[in-house]
Amino acid sequence: MPELSLDELKDKAKVIRRLIIRITTEAGSGHPTSSLSAADVVTALYFGGFMAYDPQKPHDPDRDRFILSKGHACPVLYSAMAEAGYFSTDDIMTLRKLGSPWEGHPNMRRLPGIEASTGSLGQGLSLGIGHALAGKMDGRDYHTYVMLGDGEMDEGQVWEALASAHKYALGNLTAIIDQNGYQQTGATKDVLDLTEFQPKIEAFGWHVQTIAGNDMDAVVTALKAARGISDQPTCIVSQTQKGYPVVPLLEAEGDPNYHGKPFSKKLAEAALAIIG
Amino acid sequence: MHLGEVSGLSMGAATRDAFGEALLALGAINKALVTVDGDVGNSTRTEPFAKAYPDRAFNVGIAESNLVSVAGGLAACGKVPVVASFACFLMDNAFDQIRMSVAFPQLNVKLVGTHAGISIGEDGPSQMGIEDVALACSLPGVTVVVPSDAACTREATRACIEHDGPIYLRVGRGKVATIYPDGCSFELGKAITVREGTDATIIANGLMVAAAVDAATLCEPLGISCRVIDLHTIKPIDRDAIAAAAAETGAIVVAEEHLHHGGLGAAVAQVVGETTPVPMAFIDVGDQYAESGDPQGLLDKYGLTAETVMEAVKQAHGRK
Repeated sequence: MPELSLDELKDKAKVIRRLIIRITTEAGSGHPTSSLSAADVVTALYFGGFMAYDPQKPHDPDRDRFILSKGHACPVLYSAMAEAGYFSTDDIMTLRKLGSPWEGHPNMRRLPGIEASTGSLGQGLSLGIGHALAGKMDGRDYHTYVMLGDGEMDEGQVWEALASAHKYALGNLTAIIDQNGYQQTGATKDVLDLTEFQPKIEAFGWHVQTIAGNDMDAVVTALKAARGISDQPTCIVSQTQKGYPVVPLLEAEGDPNYHGKPFSKKLAEAALAIIG
Repeated sequence: MHLGEVSGLSMGAATRDAFGEALLALGAINKALVTVDGDVGNSTRTEPFAKAYPDRAFNVGIAESNLVSVAGGLAACGKVPVVASFACFLMDNAFDQIRMSVAFPQLNVKLVGTHAGISIGEDGPSQMGIEDVALACSLPGVTVVVPSDAACTREATRACIEHDGPIYLRVGRGKVATIYPDGCSFELGKAITVREGTDATIIANGLMVAAAVDAATLCEPLGISCRVIDLHTIKPIDRDAIAAAAAETGAIVVAEEHLHHGGLGAAVAQVVGETTPVPMAFIDVGDQYAESGDPQGLLDKYGLTAETVMEAVKQAHGRK
């Protein structure tokens, strides 16, 4: 389990963001902005000492789990897993190509280390509950992290899952909502305004923190706090920017959401320069 | 007059009861077995298991979507989750969860749809699972099983749980005729010839196997010798049994308690067409929803009887 320092984590997040842009531009399709918003949390999980895993033993029953419920953001997952040693950065350059197991949405049958096949929004938290229940039954102390999108919170199944995780007091489960403020056709507050997540999810019996999710310091602090809670499920509302840190470029393009669109080569070069 | 009575078949237990008994017994042997319930365990008969093994039974409330995906997560960790709900609520309500959390990742979840068919009776069409087989059969890699009586259901339950892969097992609410002795042999994907015959074959599953046996009895004085095949596993289908029946008897009638489209009839017709085309006829619920009423009255009104099957045999046989 790698445990990088804060500065190293910030550098690793840059590496992962660069990969996200390179592989989606190479693919000519995909969801780079949905991936960029989540990069700090995913980097912290895989490299900040929060998840125990061994790429050589992806089915180790004691491994910690990460389920990407917002499956369209899989470029961030593939990039982090490539950096973690599950596969190579050359491999993920085949993203979305015919024959490549790095499909447009995660497919657990084709890639060991992928915990769930996602892409139909709303199901990942329930799957995570299954992992967490099994862990409790078997007396294993692994932790299950599930990342959802804020648009995904429109799905009723998520709220069914929130209720049932509380019933079983799943202190081994953490939901992270990547609240990047946009969904497919516009701002989440305009499409379906769910208002504040924290009081709602607290009312479901969860421990909830709301943080600045593109601030690595805040991310690490919140994940540590979540790990310290053992008697109830925990949620981190990670307030991010979709496309961080290249939002000004997207605004200049006239589409700050930039949902499901790869960057042109020119835009990608400008974005890579900003990321540094 | 109950289905099977013409042939002297006695009434046995409901298939949901047999499923619940078998599940309870298997719980002692298979420690990975767990149930995930949508608050209908007393109807689906998973309740005795849940009482015997409370640490292995989860009731997540009336939330079928969550129910199925939670089971997917449990299966990914090596558990063998049994998810039982009314056939319509499970298969219809949670279809995308079954697709994405069970079928696509090929997770070892046992889906059990109870209260299948129109014979649930008075609760009416909102509770009747009559699309479920079509939905289940559409999913790649999912085995679909519809046992006909209590003894067969006990063995089918055992086979489904021993099988490594996703399953849809369909059982009914009411008592059904006894076709098989206790401890009968049962193999997934292997049709059972209930009765030999030479002039036509009736292929059925669920409670319509009893109707098929009765129809074969009614056909005897007409000089039509009917083979009766219990095709309890619709997917993967026993192509050899169907092709042999078509070749050897020359006419096939399919009888099922399901909508006309996408059920056993469609599955058998595909095999017949691909192997040995012969005249066929179909007895099913048709292309309609039913209504509230007493179970036997509903079966009579919607044409799921020994007589309708017999008429279908005459019709298909006459076209040879």
